[in-house]
Amino acid sequence: MTVDMSQFFQVFFEETEELLAEMERLLLAIDVAQPEPEDLNAIFRAAHSIKGGAGTFGITDLTEVTHVLETLLDRIRKGEMALTGEHVDAFLAAKDILKMQLDGHRHGAAVDQEQVVAMRATLQSLAQQGSARVPAPPGAVAPLNAAPAAAAGRHCYRIELPALPERDIKALAGELGLLGTISESRLPDGRGVFVLDTEDSAESIVAICSFIMEPSELKITTEAAASVEDAQRYGVFEPLPAPARSAEDAQGYGFFEPLQSAIAQKEAENAQGYGFFEPLQTSIGQTEQENAQGYGFFAPFVPNGGTQPAAAGASKHGDAPDKAAVEADPVAEHATTAAARKPAPRRDADKPAVAHNEASTSIRVGIEKVDQLINLVGELVITQAMIEQRVDSLDPMLHERLLNSVSQLTRNTRDLQEAVMSIRMMPMDYVFSRFPRMVRDLAGKLGKKVEFVTHGAATELDKGLIERIVDPLTHLVRNSIDHGIEMPEVRAAAGKSETGRLSLSAAHQGGNIIIEVSDDGGGLNRSRILDKARQQGLPVSDAMPDAEVWQMIFAPGFSTAETVTDVSGRGVGMDVVKRNIEAMGGLVEIRSLRGFGTTISISLPLTLAILDGMSIKVGPEIYILPLAYVVESLQPRALDIKEISGSGRVIKVRGDYLPLIPLYQMFGIDSACTEPSEGIVVILESDGRKAALFVDELVGQQQVVVKNLESNYRKVAGISGATILGDGGVSLIVDVAALLRSSRQLNDESIYTE
Amino acid sequence: MHPADQNRGFSSADKAAAEIAGNEFLAFTLGKEEYGIDILKVQEIRGYEAVTRIANAPEFVKGVINLRGIIVPIVDMRIKFNLGEPTYDQFTVVIILNIAGRIVGMVVDSVSDVITLNAGQIKAAPEMGTAFNTDYLIGLGTLDERMLILIDIDKLMSSAEMGLIDKIAA
Repeated sequence: MTVDMSQFFQVFFEETEELLAEMERLLLAIDVAQPEPEDLNAIFRAAHSIKGGAGTFGITDLTEVTHVLETLLDRIRKGEMALTGEHVDAFLAAKDILKMQLDGHRHGAAVDQEQVVAMRATLQSLAQQGSARVPAPPGAVAPLNAAPAAAAGRHCYRIELPALPERDIKALAGELGLLGTISESRLPDGRGVFVLDTEDSAESIVAICSFIMEPSELKITTEAAASVEDAQRYGVFEPLPAPARSAEDAQGYGFFEPLQSAIAQKEAENAQGYGFFEPLQTSIGQTEQENAQGYGFFAPFVPNGGTQPAAAGASKHGDAPDKAAVEADPVAEHATTAAARKPAPRRDADKPAVAHNEASTSIRVGIEKVDQLINLVGELVITQAMIEQRVDSLDPMLHERLLNSVSQLTRNTRDLQEAVMSIRMMPMDYVFSRFPRMVRDLAGKLGKKVEFVTHGAATELDKGLIERIVDPLTHLVRNSIDHGIEMPEVRAAAGKSETGRLSLSAAHQGGNIIIEVSDDGGGLNRSRILDKARQQGLPVSDAMPDAEVWQMIFAPGFSTAETVTDVSGRGVGMDVVKRNIEAMGGLVEIRSLRGFGTTISISLPLTLAILDGMSIKVGPEIYILPLAYVVESLQPRALDIKEISGSGRVIKVRGDYLPLIPLYQMFGIDSACTEPSEGIVVILESDGRKAALFVDELVGQQQVVVKNLESNYRKVAGISGATILGDGGVSLIVDVAALLRSSRQLNDESIYTE
Repeated sequence: MHPADQNRGFSSADKAAAEIAGNEFLAFTLGKEEYGIDILKVQEIRGYEAVTRIANAPEFVKGVINLRGIIVPIVDMRIKFNLGEPTYDQFTVVIILNIAGRIVGMVVDSVSDVITLNAGQIKAAPEMGTAFNTDYLIGLGTLDERMLILIDIDKLMSSAEMGLIDKIAA
């Protein structure tokens, strides 16, 4: 059997990347003083899943790092050591190392092995320090410590595999070998059997094996170290539903359920409560009611009731510590050990279920499939428009039913188009989620205190745009921390709280999305910007409105930073930020008040795939002007048109002289109308520059689906794309920004070679 | 499958057969000459429809059309090869080519058939100081009394002289 492993690798890489991101998110959100047990568990699970996956694929370097990480996390989540800030830093650093290693495997990026070794050493030393600091005498302290302490002991598991290919058995043996010492043998029917001596729990084994087989096919039993008469009765791990098993068989000693399955009912009957831990998900309701007498039954209403019967049940059979551990451990995987003893195991129960739901409510689809779908729907919209045009000429009385059906089709088509376009939409969270870490690192580096808040992370934006907004936003956030928010002592002196506040928000406003980066720092310094502008020879006056002054920081090479830090200078690269945003059809605005902070507001269209266009006609051709650039259109009077030394014409519009761009000349079209007074001029504005475009007539306004011209042809000067009109014909979209840039050199041939 | 394909008795089944047989060429005429191109480069054959002009494009680039939602440039080979004044009517043929993932339409006088040539039937092209560079020739194919000028359409369409594809920035 040959399987293309690469597709599995891809899934593993993607999954790991998601897990790492999740881990980082949890670590950043964690309250060091009082960590939520479920968060610790989630972090542990992430590390554990990465380890399991990496092991299966034989990516040993990842396995090695995750293993030490996991060990340390395991001890923290079991309450053996307290979580410290140092830990969080180390975990974040470890996450970066893992990411580096992952990129190494995925993209062949360089991996700094020294850092990897150093990281492992750090984690190991942290783990040792911890144990020195919080000694956990077995059984001595609160029950809180009992199980983990016991869990640290070794067990010997016998793992019976289902029929598997030899290669998988070897892979499993290798992976399980990481947990402890393993020996391998065969059953008479050829199935593999491992005997594993490990500190880890049966749950870990199931987790690892589940990469290859259905957990239900797996049979794990403890080979009791002590010679207990009938091992199958005590500490039997029975993941199989085993309907044939008689009730007596499972008298409930050490019987537990690592996986939710059909056993619930049987448990209800048989779990007479000796050391029975209910791993929470399942249809417990009935069980609970029937067994509310529940010795050792972990249900929310039996606080502190769990351990004693469990211990009692176990000790009755003479091998107390080991057995208790075996029993307690799998539970610890589901509910934390601590939680098992607190009346809150329910919350943990919900969590995996929720995570599971999230996973099943989204699917991964290649972007080209979505694009294809959008293309097809675009075609449908055009076809529908054609039908609509044809039926318009029909007598509404005679063809009432046909006309009704057509209008129904129109509605459905529009809904379908909207639905399809929304597939491309992604929540802003995709962008926002990368900032908490950056803010934390940067604030730490600069010695500032910054509180980071986001609003509207669920606001959706087109995928094409969301990827392009990341860089400009990163730049703005860095700027805010570096230059906006002051040092704690400066803030305190100014009567503000030492911790600065940086907020990132996204919201819909009409057909646009408004993204704001806002800080409560020092604000922009008007006089310094004006001074700097004068130095650079920019035209300024003291009477300029603030908004215009602030716009100056977008001038190329403009920086008011007194010292250049290794982070950035406000102004350095701001021109790039502005250019990038404008390239997306967006606008940048700054609001700032000295001493109270700065808000940079970006307004973007929701999608680049559709734009509001104004269709205009020149000769026989129809062109589309993006509506965002259109200020107004008017019919000029002949006396408003002035010639400038024969090299170009201007038009007087309410006192302003605007350069006149005759589109027929630009595009070399034979047009009947060459005198502006016979046609229409459209006033366009981009980048603060205005011009009047002379066209034959206005056709109308419509939303157009933007198509790329370059996918099959080359770039065309003056044209930014193409679209398909209602009649199926192609119409070109005018690149207004480029047109205006070149408008100064109207008679210069170079505009098309730009 | 576009209806035009079936009309001309040319379907994907033919394509699949060509993959097995190899050396199958689509024969078309331009003026008095008969040309052949690798059948595997041909996506479909269509009639001529109104194009949208592109400003300042070379004369042989007629413009762009909407091919089921894709914007496709149309090149008139008759103009490119200086074969007199082209006419456009319902019999004008456009061969839609797939060249290195790009789709280009090519206007020719007519399409005749698909012919199979074995290596022995393909002769090296003599030097011709004519309309196009012999660099773009695979050779001359002979079949009974017919002679086909076999064009390396990939090379021709992606050449700088066609200007269809932006040169990769150095």
